[in-house]
Amino acid sequence: MLSSPTVRTSLIFLAIALVGLLFADIAITASNPWRDLGNFFLGVITPNFFSSEGLMTALLRTVAFAFVGVALGSICGFLLSLVYRFLPVRIFCAFIRAIHELFWALIFLQFFGFHPLTGVLAIAIPYAGIFAKVYSEILDEVDPEPARLLPPGAGVIATFLYTRIPDCWVQLRTYTAYRLECGLRSSAILGFVGLPTLGFYLESSFSQGLYSDAGAMLILFYVLIATIPLWVKPRLLPVYILGAPFFLGEGLPIVWGNVERFFTQDIIPSPLRGGEGLAGLLPWLNDLMINEALPGIWNTVVLTQIALVATGILTLLAFPLISNHFGGPVRRTSGHVFLVIARSTPEYILAYILLQLWGPSMLPAVVALALHNAGIIGHLIGRQTNGIRLRPDAPTGFNRYSWELVPRVYRSFLAFLFYRWEIIMRETAILGILGIYTLGFYVDSAIQNIRFDRAMVLILITALLNIGIDALGRFIRRKLALQTMPTC
Amino acid sequence: MSGFDFSGLTASFSGERVIGPLSLRVESGEQVALVGKSGAGKSTLIRLIHERVNRNASLVPQELGLVNALPVFHNVFMGQLDRHAIWYSTITLIRPFARNRAEVSGLLKTLGMSEKIWMPAASLSGGQRQRVAIARALYRNAPILLADEPISALDGPMAHMVMELLKERFSTSVIALHDVDMALKYCTRIVGIQDGQVALDERSDRLTSADIMSLY
Repeated sequence: MLSSPTVRTSLIFLAIALVGLLFADIAITASNPWRDLGNFFLGVITPNFFSSEGLMTALLRTVAFAFVGVALGSICGFLLSLVYRFLPVRIFCAFIRAIHELFWALIFLQFFGFHPLTGVLAIAIPYAGIFAKVYSEILDEVDPEPARLLPPGAGVIATFLYTRIPDCWVQLRTYTAYRLECGLRSSAILGFVGLPTLGFYLESSFSQGLYSDAGAMLILFYVLIATIPLWVKPRLLPVYILGAPFFLGEGLPIVWGNVERFFTQDIIPSPLRGGEGLAGLLPWLNDLMINEALPGIWNTVVLTQIALVATGILTLLAFPLISNHFGGPVRRTSGHVFLVIARSTPEYILAYILLQLWGPSMLPAVVALALHNAGIIGHLIGRQTNGIRLRPDAPTGFNRYSWELVPRVYRSFLAFLFYRWEIIMRETAILGILGIYTLGFYVDSAIQNIRFDRAMVLILITALLNIGIDALGRFIRRKLALQTMPTC
Repeated sequence: MSGFDFSGLTASFSGERVIGPLSLRVESGEQVALVGKSGAGKSTLIRLIHERVNRNASLVPQELGLVNALPVFHNVFMGQLDRHAIWYSTITLIRPFARNRAEVSGLLKTLGMSEKIWMPAASLSGGQRQRVAIARALYRNAPILLADEPISALDGPMAHMVMELLKERFSTSVIALHDVDMALKYCTRIVGIQDGQVALDERSDRLTSADIMSLY
């Protein structure tokens, strides 16, 4: 067993996470966490849908921002995917998708203010980078033979339309629909930085202890996501996409002077702005690195590694819940409900709720990341086990789990896990905004202190860290010969 | 100009020579059958000729090269994609013009599958897929036909009908066939390939199937 590279890699990651635990700040600091948790669950089962008229507006805005952002992102991403083979395009896309939607929102807030454009671009820009990558992977999978058979002179566009698009149309559509669901989650959490979506109302209900209002909001959000197949129909899409821009709300007008000031003054490192030149820049950078960037990087990496392993363990525990190799229909139905809730709740909202209940430490973040990601991977792996046909005399119970199923799905399990590594890190960084000392914390405090130059450098460092983890994840997946579909 | 005269045809896969160097001259009006054991290099030779004539040929490759998600109509229509403006092709993708519909439907009728015209290629049987690739080659109507085992998945009467049709529509052709009797019946010249070389080259009326069997 130990000689198997997949097992060895898993053990190395487990060891890293255990060492990380020694350094991590894992604690429940709230005075009465279980009572708060109880109150919260009481709120969820006694939802109050009628407390504020803002709820429906928030829901509408959430949908509108998601549609406009994802539509814009998918169009730009599609165009980028056509030229994705060029290295500068790849680097550009890797860079824009390495920066989290909330960071983009924080940047745009500084110069567009609370204008709808802030929310739209915050979704559209990183999504364009993701779409470009995945669309180009899907397009590359298409059989090249039909294109070679066309008469010479058929033209690039006709060749593309006839021989590339039709065979991957279903995959493009499926992936875009999946991204729309992600877009709804992104749109909801944009409320946490002040845009008029669900997160905004969730935060205000929570801070006033109105758990029934918060519960109503969460339930509506799950219903919204679970019913996507019912209300997102191909025929209705043009209506939604053309209509959505009118439901983004007015926001506040853009002050163009702010835009100009942001680019010409705010983001210029202060020593350069103050005329100290390069001599002043080095101590400035040094100070930034030692006091903010390095602690931020350290905490981000430690938290990411713990959350990654926690996700893995929880996934292995959770996938039997929906696998039809075990138990009866009652357990499977509740398993499905649990996994749907876990994966539909944005990790940011989960972390926010747990942080309110348990007090600030890395624990809420780890639990939130593990729940959300294990919900996603557990669902995929559980579905995969349903396709496995076992011999009639296969063992049952725990032996079936450990001898028949886990060995069969372990490689795809690892593939999904390493695929989500970079996503977990991106989220870890952003959770800093909630008060955990990851990179997002330092970005957020720099912005609070109106030191945008420092914030920009920190966001840049976060992006590079994500790109590095993405590359490392791909390297490990290649080394272990693991393959995944991009839809994860 | 539908004939050709190529010399020095070679092909290698991972450093191993599979074809040639060989020369092949085909006159306009000749219908050549390539025969030989599987793995002798027939498919590679067809591909080489296709490249050498600058893809200006109606090709039926062994793997057919259909776009599975598109209906039969569009797979056939692709044979003439070079003759239409981009706006025309794009509209055709959504809603074909009556003129093209009539042309393609006529072709499919001769091949006995006109009722399949709007079925996606993915839902067809092996023999039907092969006939779609043949229809595409016929619709393309290039001066020369290059076909690699075009009747391998067709049953007796249908195979004869298709060979008859190909003979009638293409005055010049190079067709790889493993069925020796078919080759003798429908082609004017037999070229036998063995180990990447021409091992036999004779007019078919001077050969019997026994002469060819020595290649196998």
